[in-house]
Amino acid sequence: MSSIYVDHAATTPMVEAAMKAMVNQLSELGNPSSLHSHGRATRKTLEDAREIIAKEVGCLPTEVIFTASGTEANNIALKGLYWAGRAVGKNVVVISAIEHHAILDPAHWLSAHEGAEVIEIPVTRNGVIDLDFLMKLVSDRSSEIAVISVMHANNETGVVQPVAEVIKIARDIPVHSDAVQSFKKTELSFSDLGVTALTLSAHKIGGPLGIGALILRRTMEIPSLLHGGGQEREIRSGTLNAPSIVAFAAAAKSDVYRREEIMQIRDRFISGIQKAMPDALINGIEANRLPGIVNVTFPRTQSDTLLLLMDNAGVSCSTGSACSAGVHEASHVLLAMGHTPATAQSSLRFSFGAASTQADCDFVLSVLPDVIAWGRAANSV
Amino acid sequence: MKVIAAMSGGVDSAVAAARAVEAGHEVIGVHLALAANPQKYRSGARGCCTIEDSHDARRAADVIGIPFYIWDMAEEFHDGVVEDFLAEYAAGRTPNPCLRCNEKIKFAAVLDRARAMGFDGVVTGHYARTQIGPHGKTLHRAVDHSKDQSYVLSVLTREQIDGAIFPLGDTTKVDIRAEAESRGLAVAQKPDSHDICFVPSGDNAGWLRDRLGSDVGPIVDQSGTKIGEHKGAYTYTIGQRKGLGLTVPTADGSPRFVLKIEPVTNTVIVGAREDLAITSMRGERPVWCGPPASDLPQRGFVQIRAHGAALECTYFIENNQLVATLDIPLLGLATGQAMVIYDGDRVVGSATICETA
Repeated sequence: MSSIYVDHAATTPMVEAAMKAMVNQLSELGNPSSLHSHGRATRKTLEDAREIIAKEVGCLPTEVIFTASGTEANNIALKGLYWAGRAVGKNVVVISAIEHHAILDPAHWLSAHEGAEVIEIPVTRNGVIDLDFLMKLVSDRSSEIAVISVMHANNETGVVQPVAEVIKIARDIPVHSDAVQSFKKTELSFSDLGVTALTLSAHKIGGPLGIGALILRRTMEIPSLLHGGGQEREIRSGTLNAPSIVAFAAAAKSDVYRREEIMQIRDRFISGIQKAMPDALINGIEANRLPGIVNVTFPRTQSDTLLLLMDNAGVSCSTGSACSAGVHEASHVLLAMGHTPATAQSSLRFSFGAASTQADCDFVLSVLPDVIAWGRAANSV
Repeated sequence: MKVIAAMSGGVDSAVAAARAVEAGHEVIGVHLALAANPQKYRSGARGCCTIEDSHDARRAADVIGIPFYIWDMAEEFHDGVVEDFLAEYAAGRTPNPCLRCNEKIKFAAVLDRARAMGFDGVVTGHYARTQIGPHGKTLHRAVDHSKDQSYVLSVLTREQIDGAIFPLGDTTKVDIRAEAESRGLAVAQKPDSHDICFVPSGDNAGWLRDRLGSDVGPIVDQSGTKIGEHKGAYTYTIGQRKGLGLTVPTADGSPRFVLKIEPVTNTVIVGAREDLAITSMRGERPVWCGPPASDLPQRGFVQIRAHGAALECTYFIENNQLVATLDIPLLGLATGQAMVIYDGDRVVGSATICETA
């Protein structure tokens, strides 16, 4: 049976240039922190890679701090900026209600273990943060806020958030943005945006797993989570992973992701769904979205049943939301957008990537009506 | 056939799924998440839906090479099994939750969902057999009588048995472990589950006390004389001798046994061993696991515990209740348990015991 992958927001195939760069570097010897010729050679390659990534994201090379994942970068940013703020009497952490768990959970941890006050910015029905709420919050409590973290685009709905507006409102409050889904998929410039910190992850753009970066303004000093050799600006310790970093840079430089084409595939996919299943609801459809992500609610179904049936029909897609002990939770993102737990749990996320084709889209559309019919039957027993 | 294999994370259901694949079925593994707040790890032989168990189930499915999913049945399990368990105890009866789980979850909620999704049946690692005969599919004891689970399956209707596949019924447990080993399944030596899966501490009485309260009440003899106190009548079982804490001895020094539990007055009645003797039992909601019994009364065997002896009896239906009269009296029988009628190795049917005499 053919097997169609429409879960590129979870992870996406490595681009060829990245694989080559990684394999080449694996045979090179030398710790980039060593002073001898081997070390210097690795350092040279690694700093080349850092410059490439800096150029692609619009920051200074010194502002790139390599981490082992986007999750780690988010943790360093949120906890570090909170602790830096708390040192000068600021105890409030502001996040959007639709953050990825890699921000939500550190925020809740700060609340439970460090005494932080966490405030969530609500979103509209279209999945865009409520700027009026933020404006009022900042005007009331500006001097208490240590950090504001608003993702650049949501991983479940693809809805792009007005981060530039957030920065205007925040003025001198540090703003972090998780741009894991946005990097290379939409316009993104660290310096133009004016954020204090930005999170990137390699495997979402065709790089390898296990490497990410925190882009942190060069004048910003924050406490670290990992203590050791202090390799990355004394903020992140650990021997630098040169093979993954050069592959990350190769993926960042690559232009395999054709935004216009993917947007066309996505839009044809949405029309196909609307035609075949008029009661399906495309979440966030009125908002500005990333090219590749479509989140659909199919009323009177259950997403775990749909996933099984889609998988059985040869389609790999996702609910987009987190699991707890293997059981899908109702998505906090969809709940924040006004869904009930029942409708939130009858939703699927389809995400297209650089390798996606119109044929992929057509195949998914061809199996979807039957899958939804079976899913409805199973839901009614 | 296209089937769902219910995989608990234990050795039996893993081998059952593997055998179903070998039998030529298209098999999809499903682990049922039954606890709303699952424990991370198993503690000994207790519990069967910890996160560790779901990992074991997934690993087994991957080794066998079948797709694997987790189905959230926590709500159904709570409503159909846990609540029923509490209500039965509160009413002074002694329920069997494994039986209720087979009746309401594994071969109802799961089988119904599977059928609605286009599957033909459910495979489980129960030790029991089915046979196709002139009267359709019938349920039988496993070859390994020490592991036989036909008792807890006796609540299944013909329609449910039609959708049930038990690949392990012809094999002994020892051989199943060896087979798991040779199939490269890491759960080969995993301990068997015992006790009640949703009481992870194993302290059944304490678990009940937390939920039903612990109203102190009298322990009385058959004349009604109070001879002790208890902390919650429902924590006692008919025939129980230990843990009564009685300080008034009997005239001849013989031990006392729980004869009856009266939930309304919160009273436990005790008496001599011979007063436990019963010669007939009556069960409500009878179910025929195969062709409905005809030409009643009939001679057969009745079993009243999961691994108890099969007792010779005559059985018949009266007022929609199943009645069995015993050839030899029996000591101590709790209401709420299942009375299961056997014809040799075949399970004829069952009912929930509501009255003894």
